[in-house]
Amino acid sequence: VFSLSLALSVADCPGTSSAQAGRAAACQGCPNQKLCAGGAAAPDPAEAAELRERLRSVKHTILVLSGKGGVGKSTFSALLAHGLAADEAKQVALLDIDICGPSIPKMMGLEGEQVHQSGSGWSPVYVEENLGVMSVGFLLSSPDDAVIWRGPKKNGLIKQFLRDVDWGEIDYLIVDTPPGTSDEHLSIVQYLSATHIDGAVIITTPQEVSLQDVRKEINFCRKVKLPVIGVVENMSGFICPKCKNESQIFPPTTGGAEKMCQNLNVSLLGKVPLDPQIGKSCDKGQSFLSEAPESPATSSYRNIIQRIQEYCDQHHFHKEKIN
Amino acid sequence: LLSFLPERSNLAGVRHILLVLSGKGGVGKSTISTELALSLRHSGKKVGILDVDLCGPSIPCMFRVQDNDVHQCDSGWVPVFVDQDKSISLMSIGFLLEKPDDAVVWRGPKKNALIKQFVADVAWGDLDFLIVDTPPGTSDEHISTVEALRPYKPLGAILVTTPQAVSVGDVRRELTFCKKTGLRVLGIVENMSGFVCPHCSECTNIFSKGGGEELAKHAGVPFLGCVPLDPQLSQSLEEGRDFIQEFPKSSAFPALAHIAQQILDGTSQQSS
Repeated sequence: VFSLSLALSVADCPGTSSAQAGRAAACQGCPNQKLCAGGAAAPDPAEAAELRERLRSVKHTILVLSGKGGVGKSTFSALLAHGLAADEAKQVALLDIDICGPSIPKMMGLEGEQVHQSGSGWSPVYVEENLGVMSVGFLLSSPDDAVIWRGPKKNGLIKQFLRDVDWGEIDYLIVDTPPGTSDEHLSIVQYLSATHIDGAVIITTPQEVSLQDVRKEINFCRKVKLPVIGVVENMSGFICPKCKNESQIFPPTTGGAEKMCQNLNVSLLGKVPLDPQIGKSCDKGQSFLSEAPESPATSSYRNIIQRIQEYCDQHHFHKEKIN
Repeated sequence: LLSFLPERSNLAGVRHILLVLSGKGGVGKSTISTELALSLRHSGKKVGILDVDLCGPSIPCMFRVQDNDVHQCDSGWVPVFVDQDKSISLMSIGFLLEKPDDAVVWRGPKKNALIKQFVADVAWGDLDFLIVDTPPGTSDEHISTVEALRPYKPLGAILVTTPQAVSVGDVRRELTFCKKTGLRVLGIVENMSGFVCPHCSECTNIFSKGGGEELAKHAGVPFLGCVPLDPQLSQSLEEGRDFIQEFPKSSAFPALAHIAQQILDGTSQQSS
C-alpha cells in the first residue's frame, strides 16, 4: 500500500536546519525524522570548537555552487583560485567536496598526486607555493576507482577535509561543490558555521533548464542564510572563429541569468562566452587565464574575479568596523 | 484472505527497463532520456520515463507538463501523460512540488525512501520501455535505484559523456559503478560532440572530440554514437517540443535516431 504522506511532506517539510526540524506535524513518518529531531542539523559543540580552531586563520571563504550539473563550477573554482593566487602575497586554498566526481585534481594539473600526512595533519597538494588543493581525487589510487558512498560517509570525509587538513594561514578558501542541494551542501554550510562564509558564487548557463535548478539553489542559500555574492552566466554565446557570427547554443529563452537575477534581487557578476580553449586548458591542467590571455572569456573571468575580491574586501572591512 | 494474494507489481507490465547514467553533470542525460523516449514513440512504442533526480528534476519541463499534478488510483500513483495519445508517461518529483523554485534539501535517507516509492508505487501499466533518468554521481539515488530495480532485471544502462577528458574521467567511475552493481552497459553516447556553425558550416570542437568513443573502446563497451551540439535541440527542449517529429533535418537528429535504433535492435535480438 502506497502512501501520499511523502508527497505531502515535500511541500510541508519545515527544512532540515529549521528549529522545527523533526518536530513539525509533517515530520511524522518521514525517514529523516530521527536525524532531524535528534539535532543532527545542529553541530556537536566539541566538533564545532575543533573546526573553529582549525579554520581560525582563514580570512575569506567562498562557496561555488549551482543547482545544475555541468555549468562550469569546477572550471570557475579553478580559475578563481589561479586568479586570486596571482598575487603572490595571498595564500589561497581550493577544497573540492565533490566526492563522486572530483574534477579539481585534473583541472589543476595534479592528477596522480597523493596526500601526505604530517604531525599537523594532512598536507594539501600545492600547485604554487601560495595555492594548495585538497580533493578526494588524491585519495584514489586509480582513475577508475568509483566512490560509491551514501550521504553519511560523504559527510564524514567533508568533515575530515576541514578538520584534518593543515591549511595554515589562508587569505581565501574556495570550496567547489557537486551539483544539487543535498548532503554535501548541508554539511559544508553546517561545518563552516564554525567559521564564517563570505558568500556563495552561483554558476549557471543561460537556458531555462539550468535556471530552474539555479533558482532552487538560490532559495537553498536563503534557507540556510548563506549570502549570495552573485551569479555567473557561463557558456553565454559562441562566436564562430571563422565567420565571427554569434550562436546561442544554450539559448536564454526566459531572459537568461540577467532576468533571473533581476527577479531574485541578486547580482549578476558577469557573462562568460564559450571558448574551445577553456575545455582544452582544463583537460591539460593549465590555467586558461594564462593560456589564452587575449580571449574575451578571459576578460570576463578576470572582471568577475575582481568583483568577488572587492566583495570580500568590503565584507572584511565591515567585520573590522563591527569589531 | 485478500492480504495473502500476491500483489501484481506495478512493473509487471514493463517489458524493458533501461537507466541513463553519467558520473558527470550537465552532459545531457535528461536530454538523451527525452529524445530516446520520443524516438521510441515514433517507432510505435509505449514509453515511460522515471526521473529520479530529486534535486534537479528536468524531465517535466522537457515535455512542457511541469504544471501537471499526480493523481492516485487503486494501485498507486498515476504517471503524467504528455498528451492524449498516452504513449509517453512520466514520473518526477517535479510534479510533487508546490512551487517549482522550492529547493528539495534532503539528506540521503529521505531521498532513498522516495526513490523506493517511485520504483514500486507508480502504476505504469503496460510499457515497452521504462527509461530511468538519474542525477550525476554514484551515491544515494544510484545505489537505491539499482537496488530497487534489481528484482525486475533491467536491460542495462546507457552512459552519457561529453568528449573532454574532465567528463570522461567521471564516466570511467560510473563504468566501475555498473560493474560493481552488476548493471550491463548498453553503450556510451558522446554528446555535445562538435558544433557546426549555422552561418558558415565551420565545425568547432567546443568541448573537444573523441573522448567518449575512446572510452568505449578502452572499456570494451558498445559506442552508440556522437551527438553534435545543436541549438535547435536546446531550443526544442526549452519549449517542451517533440524534436524528433519537428526537426528531422536538424544536425542532432541522425545521431539521436541511430541511438534509438540500436536500442530497438538490441531488444529484438534479445527476444529472437
